[in-house]
Amino acid sequence: MSEAFHTEEMTLNMGPQHPSTHGVLRFVIKADGEVMREAIPDVGYLHRSIEKIAEKVGYHGFMPYTDRVDYVCAMFTNQGWAMACEKLGNVEVPRRGEYCRVIATEFNRLASHLLTVGLMGMDIGAMTPFLHALREREMINDLIEELCGARLTFNYMRIGGVAWDLPPGWREKAIAYLDHLAPILDEFNSLFSYNKICIERLANVAVIDAADAINYNLVGPNLRASGVNWDVRKDMPYSVYPELEFDVPLGSGEWGTTGDAMDRYMMRIREMVQSSRILRQALKQMPEGAVLGKVVRNFKPPAGECQIRVESARGDQGWYVVSDGTGFPWRVHVRTGSFAAMGMIQKLSRGLMIADLVVLIASLDVIAPEIDR
Amino acid sequence: MQRWLDSLIAQGAFGANPSRNLVYTIAIAIACAIVLFLIAVPFASVVTWVERRVWARIQSRIGPNRVGPNGFLQWLADGIKHVCKEDVIPSEADARLFKLAPYLVVLAFILPWAVMPFSSSLILADLNIGILYITAVPALTVVGVLMAGWASNNKWSLIGGIRSAAQIISYEIPAGLSIFPIVLMTGTLSMQGIIRAQGWSPERWFLFANPFCFVAAIILFISSLAENNRTPFDLPEAESELVAGFATEYSSMRYLFFFMAEWGNMFIAAAIVTTLFLGGWRFPAVSGSAVVMNALQFATFMIKCLFLVFVSMWIRGTLPRVRIDQMMSLCWKYFVPISFIDLIGTAGWVAIFPEGNVIAQWTMLAIGMALLVLFVARVVTFTRRAGMELYLHPTI
Repeated sequence: MSEAFHTEEMTLNMGPQHPSTHGVLRFVIKADGEVMREAIPDVGYLHRSIEKIAEKVGYHGFMPYTDRVDYVCAMFTNQGWAMACEKLGNVEVPRRGEYCRVIATEFNRLASHLLTVGLMGMDIGAMTPFLHALREREMINDLIEELCGARLTFNYMRIGGVAWDLPPGWREKAIAYLDHLAPILDEFNSLFSYNKICIERLANVAVIDAADAINYNLVGPNLRASGVNWDVRKDMPYSVYPELEFDVPLGSGEWGTTGDAMDRYMMRIREMVQSSRILRQALKQMPEGAVLGKVVRNFKPPAGECQIRVESARGDQGWYVVSDGTGFPWRVHVRTGSFAAMGMIQKLSRGLMIADLVVLIASLDVIAPEIDR
Repeated sequence: MQRWLDSLIAQGAFGANPSRNLVYTIAIAIACAIVLFLIAVPFASVVTWVERRVWARIQSRIGPNRVGPNGFLQWLADGIKHVCKEDVIPSEADARLFKLAPYLVVLAFILPWAVMPFSSSLILADLNIGILYITAVPALTVVGVLMAGWASNNKWSLIGGIRSAAQIISYEIPAGLSIFPIVLMTGTLSMQGIIRAQGWSPERWFLFANPFCFVAAIILFISSLAENNRTPFDLPEAESELVAGFATEYSSMRYLFFFMAEWGNMFIAAAIVTTLFLGGWRFPAVSGSAVVMNALQFATFMIKCLFLVFVSMWIRGTLPRVRIDQMMSLCWKYFVPISFIDLIGTAGWVAIFPEGNVIAQWTMLAIGMALLVLFVARVVTFTRRAGMELYLHPTI
């Protein structure tokens, strides 16, 4: 029988049009029935030459383009670009401006993590958590819309500060929202996170140990889920983060192994709690004053290069900018967390089931435009 | 109708010298098919509307509310839309099997309605093997689904079809084994016979007859979720993994057939559980009029069924999907052994208490009620503690 019965591996093409690939991603899956031999990621479907565009549109003009680097949490890319330019041009940001930035980015982190945990729900087959998470995210979008007029691609920050101060009454609304979110997170946990099926699906799946996480250059929540304590906000403080008190949650392996999909998922929930804490403090101790420093319209930083790091919702985001003294940057490079995470997928996918690949992608929280820029 | 057929035969409409009985049989079969279709399709369709509204409510949405009162006629609009759409058959597909598959699925969902015991007289055919028939016929679904998966010539469809076959065949075993205890207790396979063996009051339902039946009912309900590809066992059409599983390549009316069958099967599964464990249509005799009694019995049956259908929707709105290996281990490692224990236990019970045991019935009822209270308390504790509606949009 064994000679007569011919079997072969199945090559599956997952994406670029597939409901659970979080944007236009493509995986070539070699599968033996339900078990994958390997999933090879194929990146580049959303490459839009954003880094090259920067060399043509100048420093101020590039700000709206940064929104498109990571449209799920565009505030961080705004902030990264602004900080890089400020470091190059030695621009001082008013303290109220810095607080506005922190508030905007932390709200954006909440929005991004809500989307991530919701998508995790949808990827393992539960629509309800997704819609509940998006319902809460809508309210953040409402708040941010009032702040800067946009719901997705914000273009809120400027070199030297932020475009607009908080509107009147916004602070109260923001605090009301934070009060509203805390019990909702508990409800979300009891609906979904602590659900037996959810834990069974996520725990012990795609375990990344600390050494691997560092070797593969994982950043942000993915890295911390493996138990590595590295948060740019704490370890290389920028903006006003030194003045704010918050904890860095770490993966504990409470449900399975440290660094499994459940840890990565819970990391987002825990970070939302910490972001709420940061927001409460920032909204409380925000000083009065201007929000935008004096920056010349024809911004020409002196020749030189700089590298800054921002802790985005998807982790350590690096901005490397080289100036040649003209009004246009000579070279811009963005180092994003999703791209590094994609490199890990091929290794992790060996021996997983097809259903677990979806969990793996969702737990790494990769966003297609951030991979390709 | 007989006279009409006779006149047709006399006119030579069926050839020179047809067998009268054959003509009658075929005519009755066609009439029955039409009646079944007319009963089954609206049931399945209305269930789609209920499901969409319930699901929307669970997910803080509104759901369909445009067509008819509260969107009640949405199913009609959707049906018309699907019929009008282009029926795409992939060029690489095995066209004959591809076209045939949805009909098998629909057949599997329409046939069980023949023995659906709506009330003491409202039943199309009270077969003496009713319960066997109603568990056997829906298994045709697996042929249709596997055929759809294979004929589509799409790898995702194929995986969906294979998953479906594995799942339905596996869960047929615990489902079948959970029916046997009732057959042991009643000694009949007829749907009406099983219902008549129960009483209208809960302690005389087979659900509470003995501890084994209670477990069997739960296993049967969960297995029926799996057989009908319902969450948490909706792996064959797992949207996030397999695009749309076996239905990926289908469009138009054929696609609708699959989903009509899914929703219809939900109702059939609920009807089986109701018949076997929840006392079916049994209602206390309050009126001499047969029509009134039948109406009351029909209402009782429908309420019990729709409650179970609602539970299934509720589960769909709450739970994520299990993985294929978890689904298989749940079936083979837990459900199958437990159902065997149930079967042996019930056999022993019947040997010891041939007439049933009233004390055990009341005890089981009390335990059931206690579990229900605990469950409701838990649900109340864990839902909506925020209790606040926020409107932050600047223009609202």
